[in-house]
Amino acid sequence: MLVWRRIALPSVLGSLADPMIYMLGFGYGLGSMLPDVFGTSYIAFLAAGTVCSSTMMAASFEAMYSGFSRMHVQKTWEAIMNAPITLDDVMVAELVWAASKSFMAGGAVLLIAAALGFTQSALALWVLPVMFATGLAFASLGLIMTALSVSYDFFMYYFTLFITPMMMLCGVFFPADQLPQALQQAALLLPLTHSVALARPLMNGVVPAAWPLHFGVLLLYAAGGFYVALALTRRRLLK
Amino acid sequence: MAYLVARELRKSYGAHEVVAGIDLELRPGECFGLLGPNGAGKTTTLRLCLGLTDPDGGTISMFDLPVPESAREARARVGVVPQIDNLDPDFTVRENLMVYGRYFGLSVAEIDARIPTLLDFAGLTNRAGDKINALSGGMKRRLTLARALINDPDLIFLDEPTTGLDPQARHLIWQRLRQLAAQGKTIFLTTHFMDEAERLCHRLAIMDHGRIMASGTPRELVAAHIEPQVVEVFGDSAAAWAADQGGALCERCEQTGETVFCYARDVDPLLHNLEQRPDLRYLHRPANLEDVFLRLTGRDLRD
Repeated sequence: MLVWRRIALPSVLGSLADPMIYMLGFGYGLGSMLPDVFGTSYIAFLAAGTVCSSTMMAASFEAMYSGFSRMHVQKTWEAIMNAPITLDDVMVAELVWAASKSFMAGGAVLLIAAALGFTQSALALWVLPVMFATGLAFASLGLIMTALSVSYDFFMYYFTLFITPMMMLCGVFFPADQLPQALQQAALLLPLTHSVALARPLMNGVVPAAWPLHFGVLLLYAAGGFYVALALTRRRLLK
Repeated sequence: MAYLVARELRKSYGAHEVVAGIDLELRPGECFGLLGPNGAGKTTTLRLCLGLTDPDGGTISMFDLPVPESAREARARVGVVPQIDNLDPDFTVRENLMVYGRYFGLSVAEIDARIPTLLDFAGLTNRAGDKINALSGGMKRRLTLARALINDPDLIFLDEPTTGLDPQARHLIWQRLRQLAAQGKTIFLTTHFMDEAERLCHRLAIMDHGRIMASGTPRELVAAHIEPQVVEVFGDSAAAWAADQGGALCERCEQTGETVFCYARDVDPLLHNLEQRPDLRYLHRPANLEDVFLRLTGRDLRD
């Protein structure tokens, strides 16, 4: 079943370049003009945000663009479903695959951050499950979009209206408490907020406050999103 | 024991009843053809039989397993060649076979052992390392057929297997399908090519508007539904000739454009009459499945 694609290395390298440019560029460039943020250098602050945002990006891209290719354009799912495999199996595999790929993408950023000394203790290893949960959450949401999509263009709306605002609202580049109160409240509902709330303290060598809550929100997004995605995809393909 | 039995099968999309109460039975070792114009409900029937969509009414059993409930188990013994090739473009010819075999839970060693025979069957032995996009349409079709055989199925479904292929490629596919039939494989194919059905199928059903209009062997169908002789008459004045004289000389006469089709048991009077008409060209031939098909489904275009 999990003979899924084995061409991961080039895509991990591909999804690594962009966040690294932002992290190092802003981190060193902008960071040198800024005071410490919550007791760490700005670049260390940004590194935690980048780990989460690149996990989000990788999971979203895989579940949407690649998932849509396999479902609709290449009809790979159809071929698989002629074997003794059901749509539910295919969807679970897509979910786990997208989460794994995003785990590798986020993990690569984490590894570099650690090598550059932006992690404080072995507690940073707990970022690994956080990344996987983040990947599951965004893969599920991406699969909903895939189920609804008529073409690749459709995904741009999702990125513009959902993913990009999250980059600004969820504390990737700056602490969310710099935002107006209303936006802060809204940000609490977004999955990336909870991912960052876990990853940043962990990389800083601190156990995150209310970590079961944050983790629970991510898993809730993953489970709820997947349930909706499955229902919509069944309606689309098995009608 | 029949491999596939469907009774009173029904499926609607909105108000449109695509499959409107059909019965099917496939016996081991036979090649059964489902014929119909575009939109007749052939593909939906296949999807129902494979358990890929739930029927609104009726029952299906494949290898004595209820479908869709046990479709997964039943599909383990089935090979499918879809209407549109869905080979994986990221993989080579060989990898496509390997990955597909893994979906059936076969071990790598088992699949490795089968691949050379399948590549040979598809005539792709020296293309094993090529990417899919480097293959011609005919090669892709052959590979899709080989892929459907990876689990050594007892029953093979083919949805319009030669649509879009050139004559050489079609003949090669037919040859391969006859080879499979000779090996004792049971084949269920849909097509809208009469020559394909006539060449390959032991038994046929003609389907239109979700219903089965007629079924039997190709010969039985021709004998039961159509006069044995056909004279096609062409020319500007063919219509006038048919109204004036031709119509009276045959049992049945149909007109499309400037061609008149005359059906009769005895065509001598008709041919005699046509010899006096140098302005008309004509073709005398025995009736075939296409005549039956057009008689049952009409001559209107289907889009």
